[in-house]
Amino acid sequence: MELQRKTDFIWEIPKQGEMKVPATIYASSRLLESVRNDLTLQQARNVACLPGIQRMSYVMPDAHQGYGFPIGGVAAFDMDEGIISPGGVGYDINCGVRLLRTDFAEQDIAARRKELLTEIFKEVPAGVGKGGITRLSRNVLRDILTRGAEWAVENGYGTRDDLLMTEEYGRMADGDPAYVSDRALERGIPQLGTLGAGNHFLEIQKVSHIFDKDLAGIFGISAVGQVMVMIHCGSRGLGHQVASDYIELMENKLGTKGLPDRELIHAPIRSPLGQQYYRSMCAAVNYAFANRQLIAHWVRDVFAKVMGSAKGMRQVYDVCHNVAKIEKHMIAGKTREVCIHRKGATRSFGPGRMEIPEAYRAKGQPVIIPGSMGTASYLLVGTAEAEELSFSSTAHGAGRVMSRHEALRRFRGEQIRDELQKKGIELKSTSWKGVAEEASAAYKDVDEVVRVSHEVGIGRLVARVVPVGVMKG
Amino acid sequence: MAEKFRYLDHTADAKFQAYGRTLEEAFSNAALATVSLMWDPTEVEQTLDHPVVVQGRDLEQLLVRFLGEIIYLFETRAFLVAAANELTVEKTDDGFRLRAIFRGDDRPARYAVFGEVKAVTYSEMRIDLGCPVTIQVVVDI
Repeated sequence: MELQRKTDFIWEIPKQGEMKVPATIYASSRLLESVRNDLTLQQARNVACLPGIQRMSYVMPDAHQGYGFPIGGVAAFDMDEGIISPGGVGYDINCGVRLLRTDFAEQDIAARRKELLTEIFKEVPAGVGKGGITRLSRNVLRDILTRGAEWAVENGYGTRDDLLMTEEYGRMADGDPAYVSDRALERGIPQLGTLGAGNHFLEIQKVSHIFDKDLAGIFGISAVGQVMVMIHCGSRGLGHQVASDYIELMENKLGTKGLPDRELIHAPIRSPLGQQYYRSMCAAVNYAFANRQLIAHWVRDVFAKVMGSAKGMRQVYDVCHNVAKIEKHMIAGKTREVCIHRKGATRSFGPGRMEIPEAYRAKGQPVIIPGSMGTASYLLVGTAEAEELSFSSTAHGAGRVMSRHEALRRFRGEQIRDELQKKGIELKSTSWKGVAEEASAAYKDVDEVVRVSHEVGIGRLVARVVPVGVMKG
Repeated sequence: MAEKFRYLDHTADAKFQAYGRTLEEAFSNAALATVSLMWDPTEVEQTLDHPVVVQGRDLEQLLVRFLGEIIYLFETRAFLVAAANELTVEKTDDGFRLRAIFRGDDRPARYAVFGEVKAVTYSEMRIDLGCPVTIQVVVDI
């Protein structure tokens, strides 16, 4: 495919054929290689053909092939002429990351590291088919879908400060369980408060490098060696069912003719079906916020028990990286409301945006980018330039380069555990097969991903963290 | 015996092809390929029957809904499918209807569940009615 080089890190697919706008890819030449090897560019081009798309179809540095939209795809649609697409959000609605800071230093937990991880492993249900908190009634679940993390805090899981430090304050107000199917509710009931499997993880980490002392301080990080906790999970079976349900409803209502890919099915944003999907998606977003809220609470309980105190375990932030939202952006010199899809991309609002918690507003939004298992993760900050470059969005992780199948051929879970142990990283998992599938060699280099984000200016480096204990589903 | 299914490489998720002399056999084998990503169907005792009826506006949607039942039964009933038997597909006024009987067990603790299939997608889906019938599916894991 024709690709024009704009700078070392910016590439463009010029408008051609049915494309309504060009596509921009943020990548180094190394990252671009893997993107060229799968359907990412074709998918970015398909997105550029959708009705009402504004300015550009964007591809983030960690992109890889997805369903419909690429993973790492960002697109904004006009509210009147534009569309909303389940394939632009992904199956794991509000898959996201929460980062907690602590007052502990590496040496404080050194002797208890294994115990901490073992206790967390006991408290936080993970893996396939593991149940969550005591069986919820449908009415309580509906309440959770309406109120998200607020429900969790009101029921004793965490504090109001956690809500302040969560994207959307832990609740999308448009979430409406009335549009969530029985089947999705049924899948959601046993899974609330569970980590799940696949690439989801929980890590005890330590700060390994501070790039920006001033900003790190504002986000609660004061020194190298400081202990952090990162939680990466989403809306579990409920979110997947919402996506499947609305793909089917849209197909039945609107047909599949003319779609380059059935996963690109979409409905006009303001149509009844578009609105129903949006409200149902927001409900799944709320479920995921509540899910991470519960898990964070249990992690604090474990620290309180093992370390004697969980004081100082404040939430740095919680970001969604699979979501569609109505946001205001500058388009052709005017502030306009658009429906922005971020699929495997993180919001990266710069200073001044009202959506950012007051404590951070003057500086920009914390952006949390998890690495692959056993590698570094990063804390970045949103920038003013990101508005013009990517509708305030940046990468969301490392991004896979190797199939799970191939990873299983090459690695063994026990061997990976031993290698991590040599590096001083404890690992606990419900499945050795899952560990092998998530081998860090199956992923892109997260250091390279965040370097591109930083250089392009869509999210700037604040701190690097590395795991000391990893729990995998 | 002819090959029932085969896994293909896919960067982020799982892709398989399932084969059959008939569409019905290929659908049954697609069910086996799906469950084999989560547990070993030959180890699951066939103690319970779960009849299933799904409709689809076309064969692709029928397949997505059919395989989706496996995930649904596991997540909500803790039912592990070992086989899809007596599978029939018939044409209806507005598409297709599939009937089958899932055989399996609802005691998950007895088995090693090693993977999670989260959703069945249309991505790269192919239903080729040649000889053998070949079905290609990507599932989200």
